[in-house]
Amino acid sequence: MDDSKIKIILEKCTGCTLCVRVCPFGAIKIENKKAIIDLSNCNLCGACVDSCKFAAIVLDKGAVTKKNLSAYKDVWVFCEQKKGVIQTISFELLGEGKKLANKLSGKLCAVLLGDQIRAKADELAWRGADKIYLVDDPQLKNYQDDSYTKVLVELIKEYKPEVVLCGATTIGRSLISRVAVLIDAGLTADCTGLDIDEKERLLLQTRPAFGGNIMATIITPNHRPQMSTVRHKVMKEPELDKSHKAEVIKKGYAANILSSRTSIVDIVEELEETVNLAEADIIVSGGRGLGGPENFSIIKELAKVVGGAVGSSRAAVDAGWMPYSHQVGQTGKTVCPKLYIACGISGQIQHLIGMQSSKVILAINKDPDAPIFKVATYGIVGDIFDIIPALTKEFRKILKK
Amino acid sequence: MNIIVCIKQVPNTTDVKIDPVKNTLIREGVESIINPFDTYAIEEAVRLKERFTGKVTVITMGPPQAESALKEAISLGCDEGILVSDRKFAGSDTWATSYTLSCAIKKIGAFDIILCGKQASDGDTAQVGPGISTHLNIPQVTYVKKIEEIKDGKARVERMMEEGYDVVETPIPCLFTIVKEINTPRLPSLKGMMRAKSAKIVQWTAADINCTPGNIGLDGSPTRVVKIFTPAPRKGGQILKGDTTELAQKIGDLLKDILI
Repeated sequence: MDDSKIKIILEKCTGCTLCVRVCPFGAIKIENKKAIIDLSNCNLCGACVDSCKFAAIVLDKGAVTKKNLSAYKDVWVFCEQKKGVIQTISFELLGEGKKLANKLSGKLCAVLLGDQIRAKADELAWRGADKIYLVDDPQLKNYQDDSYTKVLVELIKEYKPEVVLCGATTIGRSLISRVAVLIDAGLTADCTGLDIDEKERLLLQTRPAFGGNIMATIITPNHRPQMSTVRHKVMKEPELDKSHKAEVIKKGYAANILSSRTSIVDIVEELEETVNLAEADIIVSGGRGLGGPENFSIIKELAKVVGGAVGSSRAAVDAGWMPYSHQVGQTGKTVCPKLYIACGISGQIQHLIGMQSSKVILAINKDPDAPIFKVATYGIVGDIFDIIPALTKEFRKILKK
Repeated sequence: MNIIVCIKQVPNTTDVKIDPVKNTLIREGVESIINPFDTYAIEEAVRLKERFTGKVTVITMGPPQAESALKEAISLGCDEGILVSDRKFAGSDTWATSYTLSCAIKKIGAFDIILCGKQASDGDTAQVGPGISTHLNIPQVTYVKKIEEIKDGKARVERMMEEGYDVVETPIPCLFTIVKEINTPRLPSLKGMMRAKSAKIVQWTAADINCTPGNIGLDGSPTRVVKIFTPAPRKGGQILKGDTTELAQKIGDLLKDILI
């Protein structure tokens, strides 16, 4: 069809199949030694265009009529607080935001919404914020989709940031998706790499897709701000500098901006362990190899000694040995701690998707062919009931506990 | 009660294999399934219908073959399936996708509750559900793990948080995104499968849903993919051997810096 945005130039196509192999959507096949694109499956991602050595594929990426975007400046971080405590993800984002702000020669700004939260603003300055937009109101005590969305939209419309970063948390993902729609902004979820194309002033957002099997770099050419969410522990928390000061801009809003259609009836904390999985530096996870719920005690003991959180494979959750909130993997949580200890977990692809970006992986399993060993930094083939207590003892010695 | 469920057809990740030589995705023979998170939304919709009576409409935006996902949803208890499909939608990011679905939902007419899975397993963005509720200007609750009560035009639900859960009250109509903890999806019944077989799926194109052309597909998408690449797969490291005490010491030495 002539109106399609992607075309094969048949005279140039040699039927080499390079494009067929790179297409993440399986939308290209070769017929009579020529590539054919199944347009109903094509997502116009352009992977094939880059792969073609003969320039036989052309993609019209839409006319980018350059709007005047020069009014937008500075890098913003939405800083999440719960019960008045700034969440560590905010610090991690300030660290990354600083690098981006430097490349854009802009300021690093923090946005903080809450109730009686002024005293906490210093913590953001100490992590590098040059400017803090503070909205302090009893109606903003707890996160609500409506009020937080409206306030952030008002702030963005008034001060026009070039980049907005937000944690890929429950709150962050719910909030920023709404904001992006209301202000016609581009939003890229779960970025694992952020950089700046300094010439074009574009945020280069790299993220995994298909469970990390492919990576995509995404830009927002013609809309501002450029917005990204980032998961816990992906970016590094900056050093604390208590001499760093920030300008605090206090804003107040009218009742219609601060109102919410939803209301919070109760906040229930129910984690068995003190450490939140997403924020933990160390996670000790157990799987089917544990044999029963009572045996999770050795996992919990090891986690306690190292100050880590307890994770679980889906198999152990489905068997009712652990609550769902501890599940790591595709249908559970995605984590990237400094150390992940997998005990009696075979390593099905769905589990690997959730933990394979951990910095160090230690796997203990009695089956030498378990797929978990393919991603493990260190592997031990053996009986978890021997090895885990021995490790607990050894770690206790190291930590002098 | 009128319930709408938004679903997506995705490749079954267990089938996605990497060519070990070329380090690229092998897509041949990969089965298409309903996004796993959406199966909980479908089940919850059917349960709501059983609790309150009403109708469940399942909707998807995708290529023509996504019709099979809608038929499967009907076999699980949904009443009607709508496929929103047009080449003009190609290249949609989450902004354009949520806009398109919101236009289609407006065409469906009055509804009480929209249910979505918390995210899709191929894109993992969790942005389309909140995008739909924003385009429709209705309240939302994300990560819902329990629908406690619906009465007098209000719903009370539990929203899963990192540390536990919030109990949230919202007026209806509203949109919920659903987590796995909410239920255990049923298997299709024989009757359901018979019904799915004969069910007529409603097909809508861009022309049918009263959408602004500049807001759909690639033109309506603020984001652009500029590069797609396959990361080098994580390599297995060393397998440590020895007796248990020796091993524990070895591991202790290797991990000392992380532990302290």
